[in-house]
Formats: sequence, structure tokens, C-alpha cells
Amino acid sequence: AFFWLVSLLLSSLIWFIAVKASDPQDEPLQKGLLIFGVMFSVLLQEAFRFLYYKLLRKAIEGLVALSEDGCSPISIQQMAYVAGVGFGLMSGAFSMINLLADSLGPGTVGIHGDSQLYFLTSAFMTMVLIFLHTFWGILFFHGCEHRRWWEIAAVVIMHLAVSGSTFCNPLYVGSLVPSYLMMATAAVWAYILSGGSAQNLRRFLLCK
Amino acid sequence: MITFMNNSDSEEEPCNERTSLMSAESPPVPSYQDGLQASGAGEAQAHRKRRTGSSRSPNNIAEGEMSDSGVPVRGSALENEEEELTLKYGAKHVIMLFVPVTLCMIVVVATIKSVRFYTEKNGQLIYTPFSEDTPSVGQRLLNSVLNTIIMISVIVVMTVFLVLLYKYRCYKFIHGWLILSSLMLLFLFTYIYLGEVLKTYNVAMDYPTLFLVIWNFGAVGMICIHWKGPLQLQQAYLIMISALMALVFIKYLPEWSAWVILGAISIYDLMAVLCPKGPLRMLVETAQERNEPIFPALIYSSAMMWTVGMAKPDTAARGPSQQMWDAAEDGRDNHGSSSHTDSQMSETRSPVPTRPITSLEELEEEERGVKLGLGDFIFYSVLVGKAAATASGDWNTTLACFVAILIGLCLTLLLLAVFKKALPALPISITFGLVFYFSTDNLVRPFMDTLASHQLYI
Repeated sequence: AFFWLVSLLLSSLIWFIAVKASDPQDEPLQKGLLIFGVMFSVLLQEAFRFLYYKLLRKAIEGLVALSEDGCSPISIQQMAYVAGVGFGLMSGAFSMINLLADSLGPGTVGIHGDSQLYFLTSAFMTMVLIFLHTFWGILFFHGCEHRRWWEIAAVVIMHLAVSGSTFCNPLYVGSLVPSYLMMATAAVWAYILSGGSAQNLRRFLLCK
Repeated sequence: MITFMNNSDSEEEPCNERTSLMSAESPPVPSYQDGLQASGAGEAQAHRKRRTGSSRSPNNIAEGEMSDSGVPVRGSALENEEEELTLKYGAKHVIMLFVPVTLCMIVVVATIKSVRFYTEKNGQLIYTPFSEDTPSVGQRLLNSVLNTIIMISVIVVMTVFLVLLYKYRCYKFIHGWLILSSLMLLFLFTYIYLGEVLKTYNVAMDYPTLFLVIWNFGAVGMICIHWKGPLQLQQAYLIMISALMALVFIKYLPEWSAWVILGAISIYDLMAVLCPKGPLRMLVETAQERNEPIFPALIYSSAMMWTVGMAKPDTAARGPSQQMWDAAEDGRDNHGSSSHTDSQMSETRSPVPTRPITSLEELEEEERGVKLGLGDFIFYSVLVGKAAATASGDWNTTLACFVAILIGLCLTLLLLAVFKKALPALPISITFGLVFYFSTDNLVRPFMDTLASHQLYI
């Protein structure tokens, strides 16, 4: 969570500087800067995920060195999951909490002609992002562990795609549907990487 | 305002006494290695704890039931075990401290967001005489710096005074002072707080009921804090009084002064705890020389200590996990040779089992914890509360400050595990908190607002 926060800080710093340095009246330029800011932020988040992986790697080495039977008390997969959840929660909290606070107060949604489903779609989008961050955490760490760069690249590209799809808002079908599809893909992929299989799933569902 | 000043007066020095994070000193280690039977008992505990740890449940040290094999493991393996246990249980201590700090902050933020009283400007403390209503920025900055200087010098004077009193063994005076200040906190501030909360929610309450409630609350609080009581109740009371104190600070400190004071006090904390002649360091060292605990009303302790009422109390009570500072207290408690009042002897303890059971059994029931000064709670909550109060009504800033403070606390506890002596808990957390507050408020907020208005997600 802290790492995500720092990445957000840096990316907003960049954006802020860019905005202050540019002309506030120029609409397309502002929009362009915003898009640039979003993409840059995504890249920075992934960079920080990588840094966090490096830090956790060092921590695991330390724990293994100290433990008596050569195994660390927490595996790298668990750490990947926790890292993903942390990123996701922080990102979700930052996206949602102001909305939630405002939703308590008086007001009408979409009174100025904006979409009336604003809160609903924001909630769904946030949820899908939190899940995605969790799965990306697992995929990313797995890719780093086994040196499969294409997995890492896939995570980055997926993240960029999801963020990019939100540019279609308020045409929600363009953003929510692809995001959910990507979440399903990432979920299956992460599940398989974590050692799951169709058999496990069946056994779990049938409570064997 | 005069009585208020007295309140704050008597609160200032406790506030600053509380600004250090304690851990065990190295003195226990020599005696641990000295006595053979002692080390046997200690090793048995280490062995059991190690076995507990190796069964992949490092978070549950109290589950060492199978205690038969007292096979002593000697030599340098002990040091490795110590380190390993320190690190393993370090995580548990971090969690043990996260919870109260989070609770305190939640109480403060909830109050700030709902009760208008604490965000209204109704005058200032006598310690910050310069007003910030001046037109020019330079003047305002100057005023806030002057306010800070006055406040910090008051704090320094109070701390030095307290240390001198402690050195010259004026325990009665100190106790009286602490009791008076906690009385004020528990009764007066609670009354004001309760009054404001009831006003906000428009709940009617009659005076007799109010009197009954506050009397019970205050009396139980006094007993819990200064004498004996269940650990969790004592912790809850300490959290509540920290939150009340923090609310007072948030209300009565003007804005820029508050930030400058936070910065200055973390620098002061750093110096007071680490410099050889720093007052807080002298206090801690004197307390450890005399094998006494620091005053009950000033420290939050995250674990309970069963005092061991038999033969080898010191080494049996102290284990290889050197994080804790209670070891000295145990020794003192059992020897009972100290000359001060009973209230000080058993403040952080549950009722003592005085039966002469074996050390092994006794050790099973121990849990170790780490101590955090109450001033740290107060200033963390002040930071988060000020962020909640003044950051343009933005929750992101509050959340960012909260995460920053917790990460700072983590880092401090990590350093504690490495250095094993009393460390200042304020500097890292407050620095992170301040950095995150200003950057989130000025940089992240416009970015997130723009993103939210276009419903873009990053």
C-alpha cells in the first residue's frame, strides 16, 4: 500500500508540474496531459511493484538465513498475494473514498447531464481494479521469480489497457466489459500459476 | 483559561515523557549467561519458543504447552535464536502496536469529522500566544515559528524538571502531578467531549445520568491506569486519554503552528532520546539502573506480564526475546526492594499469581510486548486529525497520512529490533506523515479530482 502511494505521489508530481507549466485554457492539451499522466502513473505503479518485489526478495533471503530449517515462514506466493491486495486496496480506497463521503451528502447524481449511473459504475470499476491488482501481483511476482519477462510485460500491458479503457467513460460498455473480461483471464491465469487446476476446483465445489 | 493552562501544564511534561519507544536493554543478557540454572530455565523457554516458532506459527508464542524437554542448548546458538525470535516476534509486536495506534487515530478522525466543536477556532492555548490571523504570509510564518519556540521550550523545561524530580527521588511529587493530570483528563475533558458529542447528535441527557456516567468512567480509569486492572481495559483507557489530548491540541493549536510544532517536536524527540545528555535518555537510564518502570500513566504497554514469584525470577522471566523492556520490572517486582509506592509496582499487571510454581509453567503464561509512549500516540493522532480537519475535506489526505505514519512506526520497530535500546518513535513517522500530508494535499488531490471527474482510473 505504501509503495502504491509513493508511486501515486510521484506520478501526480509529474502531472502537476506538467499542468502548471502548460496553458490552462487549452482544453485538448489538458486532456492530452491527463492521458499522459494516467499512462505515466500506470508505468510508475508497475515499476514500484517491481521495486517492492526486490525488497521482498531481500526480506525472504534474510528470513531464510535466520530460520533453522531453511524455509521462510511465508512463501513468495503468499507475499505476492499480499502485495497485490495491498496495491489493490490502496488504489481502491483512493478511488472510492471521496465518492463515498460525497454520496452521504445531499445531491442528485448526474443532474448536469452526466451519467446517472456514476456511483454504480465507479463502484464496479473500483472492484474490478482491486481484483485485478491482486491477480497482477501474483502474476508479476511469478514472472519475476521464474524470469519470464513476457508475463511481466503482459501485466503491464493489461494494466495500460484497463486504464486506457476507462477513457471511454461514460460509455461504460467500453470500459467495464473489457475490464471484467481481463479480470476473468487474469483470475484463471493466477489460479493456474498458484497451483490450482480444474480438478482442484471441482473437488472444492463438491466439498470432497 | 487559567485552569486550562494548569491542565495543559501538567499535561505537557507527560506528553513529552511519553515520546519514546522502549525496548529491552542489554543488561539482561549478561545475567542470562551467568547463572547456570537460570540459563537452563531460559533455554527451556527458548527451546520451547523455538519449537513453537518452527511449527510455523510464529504469531503464537503463548502456545508452548509441551514443555517436557528441557534440553539445554548452549553456546552461540543462543544468540542466533535470540535474533531469530526477535525478528519473528517483531512482526507480532508491530501488529500489537498497529491496533492501538489505529484505534486512537480512528477515534480522533471520527470525532473531527462529526463534531463541529473541535474544528472551530475558539482561542488559543497560553503556550501559543501569537495569533495567526495576520494578513501577510511572512508575519504568519514568523508568528508560528515563535509559537513553536515557546511551546518547545515549555516542553523542554517540563521534561528537565521531571527528570530532576525523578533523579532526586521526589516520587510523591511526581505521582501527585500525574494523578492530578490524569484526573483532569479523565473527568474534565471527558465531560467536555461528551457534552459536545451529545450536542452534535442532539441527544438529551440529564445531569444525574451524566454525573453517574462520568464518575464511573473516571474512577475506573484512575484505578486502571494508576493501579491494577485488566490489561485491555487499561489499554483502552490510555487510548482514550491520548485521543482526548490530541483533540485538545487539534482544537487549540493554530494551523501553521501545529505543523511547525510537529516538526520541531520530532527533532526534539530525536535529540532527547539519543543524545547522551538528553532528558528522556537520562530518564530511561535512571529507571533501568534502579530497575524501576517508568510511570504508569505515561506508557502504553502492549502485553501483560505475570510476575514470577519464585526463585530465579529475573532470568526465568526474561527470555531470549530481548525486545521487551519488562524484564527489569520483573526483577524489581520480585525483589520488592524498591522504596516507592505499591501503585507503581503493579500498574501494568494483571493480578499476580503468587503461587510458587515452576518457572517453566510460569513462562508459558507470559506474553511479551513492546512499549510505546503516550506522547507518540498523541502526536500521531494530532497529525492525522489535523489532516482530516484542514485538508479541504479530503479523505485521501487523511488516508495517506495514516498509511505514512504506520509505515514509519514499522520502520521504527525494525530499528528497535536491530538496536535494542530505547528509540524515539516520533521522527520517522512524523516526517513521513508531514511529507505525505503536504504532497497529497497539494499534488495528489488535484490529480485525483481531475481523474474522478472524468471517471478515469489508474
